[in-house]
Amino acid sequence: MTRKLLALSLLFSAILLTLSNPTFASGSEEDKTSFIMHHVKDSHEWHFATLGHTHITLPLPVIVYSSDRGLEFFSSTNFQNHETHAFGEEYAYEGYFIDEHDHLGRVDGASFIEFSITKNVVMMFIVMILLAWVALSAASHYKKNGSAAPKGAASLIEPIVIFVRDEIAHKSIGPKYKKFVPYLLTLFLFIWFGNLLGLMPGAANMTGNIGITFTLAILTFILTNINGNKDYWKHVFMTPGVPIPMLLIIVPVEIIGLFTKPFALMVRLFVAITAGHIVILGFIALVFIFESYAIGVVSTLMVTFINIIELLVATIQAYVFTLFTAMYIGSAVAEHAHDDHH
Amino acid sequence: MDLITPSSGLIFWQLFGFLGLLFILIKFAWKPMLAALEERETSIENSLKAAEQARNEMASLKAENEKLLQEARLERDIILKKAQDASVKMIEDAKNEASKVAAQQIENAKAVIETEKKAALAEVKNQVAILTLEVTEKLLRKNLSSDKAQKELIDEFVKDVKLN
Repeated sequence: MTRKLLALSLLFSAILLTLSNPTFASGSEEDKTSFIMHHVKDSHEWHFATLGHTHITLPLPVIVYSSDRGLEFFSSTNFQNHETHAFGEEYAYEGYFIDEHDHLGRVDGASFIEFSITKNVVMMFIVMILLAWVALSAASHYKKNGSAAPKGAASLIEPIVIFVRDEIAHKSIGPKYKKFVPYLLTLFLFIWFGNLLGLMPGAANMTGNIGITFTLAILTFILTNINGNKDYWKHVFMTPGVPIPMLLIIVPVEIIGLFTKPFALMVRLFVAITAGHIVILGFIALVFIFESYAIGVVSTLMVTFINIIELLVATIQAYVFTLFTAMYIGSAVAEHAHDDHH
Repeated sequence: MDLITPSSGLIFWQLFGFLGLLFILIKFAWKPMLAALEERETSIENSLKAAEQARNEMASLKAENEKLLQEARLERDIILKKAQDASVKMIEDAKNEASKVAAQQIENAKAVIETEKKAALAEVKNQVAILTLEVTEKLLRKNLSSDKAQKELIDEFVKDVKLN
């Protein structure tokens, strides 16, 4: 078993070294590791592999709205060198360009809003379609068989549904939990599926993108605060049991607290997933830096190990995000019988 | 596309996509699923309750049966005892009756014997009287010539009497 694993690792590192872009092998150390950040960040094209000088990519649509020119659609291939697939200001098209850091810019410097379908957006839709497919096929079981024992997709989803409902929603929110279970379920499964699919080779670092985690955190923030009851707001603006002069300090802290909660959610998920990807890619980068088969074997073993940990992290992070969302909602809807504590 | 600056396009598509997903899943997946789960849980709970109730009923029924059986046993014992008593009494009565009857019969027999005896004695007395008279007559008739003759005569008669 171990011997097989070692042989596979050797083979893998050999393939990596032979197939890798020649510029990797010959370039500076920065070039050898630049693919890490390139993978972790969002992009206007989906780059799968480079074989020799051929780039295997999926061009993605660039959608821009500006007040003077209206809504415009381009393909990302318009903005790049067809040979090297490099973006740059010199490849401007119709007044727009994508710079080396994959930022869309306008040549005349006027303002615009970008709605491009980037790599992460595509990844997000893949996750959503997959999730919808799994959830709907699970639901069809219940439509057909009523409350019979689960089968197929239902037996995958049902334990998660029960876990989220009983362990997360009911325990953290309290008696009014039922209303929030669908949101928490969608949140948990979306993050979980995103994390897991993000670990697939060639996949995008979707849940490790701050835009994605920002939006999820904003949704949680909105849901928490529109459901805040009298006690919740009283706790923020007239914290019970605190002398009036102290309120001058406490109230700003409480108000900042409203925002730090979703901020922590956003940063936690982003950091955990991005860091995992960077560690895995870092181990792979070692192969190119040292150009050694021995390192390749060690790296591959480490990558396998980290990948297994990442599977765990994927689940834990989905759980933690959902749990904290439920706890924030719980604090917003909780009924305080009296004001003698805090 | 920087690492820590959220891009507007991504947020737009994410909001749009996620809310859409949320809507579809709530309407077509979570609602029927949660309803089915709840239905199953209530049905399980009801079944458990029904089973518990049935068990309790069974237990009470069993207890009742036991009680009835106990009562029946007691009754049977009483009846048996009564029967036994009755039979014993009957036998006793019969015995008493029998002994009474026997005593009566013995008494009667004794009385009869007594009367018979008395009658017999009277008869004997009569006979003796008659015999005495006859003997006296014969003695008188023979004129009783001598003492010797008298004695012989008396012996003769007495011999006669003995033969009788």
